[in-house]
Amino acid sequence: MRNTIGKVAVVATSVALLAACSSGTTTEEASSTPEASASETSSAIDATGLTLTIWVDENRQPAVEAAAAAFEEETGATVELVQKNFDDLRADFLAQVPTGEGPDITIGAHDWLGAFVTDGVVNTVDLGANASSFSQVAVDAVTYDGQVYGMPYSTEAIALIQNTDLVGEDAPATWDDMIKAGKDSGAKYPFCINTNGATGDGYTMYPFQTSFGAPVFVQEGGSYTSEVGMGGDAGEAFATWLGENGEKGTGLISTTIDYATNNELFNSGKCAFTVQGPWALGDYADVNFKVNPVPSAGGETAAPFVGVQAFYVSSQSENALLANTFLTNYIATPDAMQALYDADPRLPAYEGVDTSSAAFPEAIEGFQASADQGVPMPSIPEMGSVWDYWNAAESKIIKGADPVKTWNKMITDLTAALEG
Amino acid sequence: MSTDTEAHAPAPHKEAHARSWQGLGWGFIVKLLLMMVINALGVAAIMSAWNAEAWAILAALVLFLVVADWVYFSKRFLPLKYVYPGLVFLLVFQVFAMGYTAYVATTNYGAGHNGTKQQAVDAALIQAEREVEGSATYPLAVVRDGDTIGFAIGDEGVVKVGTEEQPLQEVGGSLDDSGKPTSVDGWEVVPIGDLLSDQALAKEVTDLRVPVSEDANDGSLRTREGSTAKIYRSSLVWDPDADTLTDTDSGVVYSPNDRGTFVGDDGSSLPTGWYVGVGLENFSKAVSDPDYAKPLLRITAWTFAFAFLTVATSFLLGLFFALIFNDDRVRGQKTLRTLFILPYTFISFLTALVWRGMLNAEFGIINDWFFFGADIDWLGDPWLARLSVIMVNLWLGYPYWFLICTGALQSLSSETMEAAKIDGAGRWRQFRSITFPLLLVSTAPLAIASFAFNFNNFNIIFMLTDGGPNFDDTSVPLGATDLLITAIYQISGVQGGRADYGLASALSIVVFVVVGIVSALAFRQTKKLEEI
Repeated sequence: MRNTIGKVAVVATSVALLAACSSGTTTEEASSTPEASASETSSAIDATGLTLTIWVDENRQPAVEAAAAAFEEETGATVELVQKNFDDLRADFLAQVPTGEGPDITIGAHDWLGAFVTDGVVNTVDLGANASSFSQVAVDAVTYDGQVYGMPYSTEAIALIQNTDLVGEDAPATWDDMIKAGKDSGAKYPFCINTNGATGDGYTMYPFQTSFGAPVFVQEGGSYTSEVGMGGDAGEAFATWLGENGEKGTGLISTTIDYATNNELFNSGKCAFTVQGPWALGDYADVNFKVNPVPSAGGETAAPFVGVQAFYVSSQSENALLANTFLTNYIATPDAMQALYDADPRLPAYEGVDTSSAAFPEAIEGFQASADQGVPMPSIPEMGSVWDYWNAAESKIIKGADPVKTWNKMITDLTAALEG
Repeated sequence: MSTDTEAHAPAPHKEAHARSWQGLGWGFIVKLLLMMVINALGVAAIMSAWNAEAWAILAALVLFLVVADWVYFSKRFLPLKYVYPGLVFLLVFQVFAMGYTAYVATTNYGAGHNGTKQQAVDAALIQAEREVEGSATYPLAVVRDGDTIGFAIGDEGVVKVGTEEQPLQEVGGSLDDSGKPTSVDGWEVVPIGDLLSDQALAKEVTDLRVPVSEDANDGSLRTREGSTAKIYRSSLVWDPDADTLTDTDSGVVYSPNDRGTFVGDDGSSLPTGWYVGVGLENFSKAVSDPDYAKPLLRITAWTFAFAFLTVATSFLLGLFFALIFNDDRVRGQKTLRTLFILPYTFISFLTALVWRGMLNAEFGIINDWFFFGADIDWLGDPWLARLSVIMVNLWLGYPYWFLICTGALQSLSSETMEAAKIDGAGRWRQFRSITFPLLLVSTAPLAIASFAFNFNNFNIIFMLTDGGPNFDDTSVPLGATDLLITAIYQISGVQGGRADYGLASALSIVVFVVVGIVSALAFRQTKKLEEI
């Protein structure tokens, strides 16, 4: 008898709960159908009950929040901002979109695009009525195989940063000029460059590499092929130069310098010149500096990698219409782009953004000049395999390994890895 | 206690508290409330699984919930009432995780094979649909006639309407100033608000393609945000019955192969694939690939050496300090012990980063303070890097053993020690024959656990050396301090974005088996200790 009571009680509670929950669901469904929203006469947009999920990083959150607030107010849709570590976005987006758990929109770097396309997780976007306001290099960067997959909002590139108290404001024309100026200034280190410790940093070294005419991949009509382009004479010349200036040579480039050490040395005035990106400026509070394009070491233009940040729409989004509305009408606008810039002053990818709100408006101009002579970082998926080989080889050469031999072995191993 | 009670009050029909209605019946009510919460959570989870259409999870949830109700409201299964929660956790967190890893290990899940076949088809169609060059942007209104959805555009002052079947044609209607149709004869204009608020309708609209003319090659209108349209043209056609994608420009027919890729009859393939089972291929890949086999052998040897040396050095150092500070003659024992435990309380990966800086050859304080500023390349030389890793891990690990050994020493019976003293055993003899063996009984299982942990000690390697310095004589980017677990991370490309989760899972299983065997053998040895 007691037993029966117990069972009945459980069943009854469960049913009650079921009813409660399911009625909750019905209300939700009802509100998302046009009948219930019942605004047949009014033309105000009512997307009540629909949720647009956007992944952002910490820096972008306030700016996207502002755009989302306007969107929510005008459409009634809910925007759910999920804050993630920028470095986690790529892997999480790749893993979660196919399961249906991914967001409708994510921010991301343009060099993730190749992986996103081969894994089928992004949809194409239309830049909308303001398409012509986006900078060409940014649009090129988010274009893959002739299709635009992202809405760019900022670009970034590394540049030469010089201590104006030591070496003045004039940009050195060549590597030799720079080293001479650095030495004449009496600084302990004429030049510092981050090698990420013993790991190696092909990214920061890249302007010098391109000045020898050795791009990481062969370029064909603006887009990269998967053919490794840094072999041959040009690559060997760069490797030799790297060895000559490494620990067993002039010692100007050393694997003891990592990001923090580099910034510490420059900020304490021990370094006359360094190569860094806009993200490091906050660490240079104690010195007067000026930002210039990187000087050439090998005779050709020293072209740094240009990175672009963009919004991507998931290929599995259930709210594609809402997501595109948000991007074209609430992000691709001068106000939203200005807010994005104010939140994190990187070079804007949108014309007409007022850059004076940055902490270092002049520095932004310098980085812009550097980016103008830069090349987009390859977004082909093969790039993911390059870093480990490339960084390690540079690190070894700087440490004093035979430059040409080490470099050529890296090219062979890398080519084999890309084919296999 | 309980036997005592039962002996004094032999009640034949004594009920458990949880069934009891005696008194206020609190026992039963508490159980009922708890089960109500569990049922509520369970039903909520089941419904969300239903909404997500995750049938396997739904079945498992229903099974767990039914069994839970059965177990706790039935008179039988008394032991299960205690075991069941643990059993559920075991199934979910151990058995399922292992089973899923094993499943992934037999697939090619990874970059390029990231989703299902349908998603690969979707992606191929997305990639093949391109804007027709020079297409204007047309102001658009979505129109409806009963269940039929169509697009109405304003084209140079003229209203045109079309549907999926019916190409665009001129009809009567009116446009507003921006050229957008406001009324269309024979059609009802759908307000943009209705469009955005109705997910199903919105999806229908984004999927709709309205041909601009009878000739399919002219392309069709599509809209992304519901208020403008452009002309697009797709070069791929999906035939679900034949299971093929056909390129209408080149005539190439792409059909699926058993590796989860669409391959064309001209030998080309589409970039996006899906994951399929590949059997045990992932397991053989690591050993059969000569590029990997040799470095992996060296890495395996170093992994064993690292795990063993870490446990041995930190155990001995911890024991040494424990013995010294266990002596009553030491003053301020408590303070000193607290200080000793400090390194153990720091977060290990932060510690590793700090040590990385301190070991820097040029700027690190280790060289500056202890080696007269000599440029000793602690992390750049293979053997020095290995030494550094072990030293840093020793610094991190010995407080743990200090703690354990102090506890174990204090629990040793003083009578045994007295007896040994009376028998005339010296200090060393006491330690060797009595203290140490007795200590091992309680600490050996912990040492085995510590070995297993350090065997997979990803943090310290990743943060301190990142596996470097790299081997000079191999063609793969692996290094002298790489452990198996960091090598797996490297090989499977999880970091670089060329991820191969299938291979990573297969290698993790191999490591799991190795650690399992070593631990099992070691535990068997510790049984002998207990016989002392």
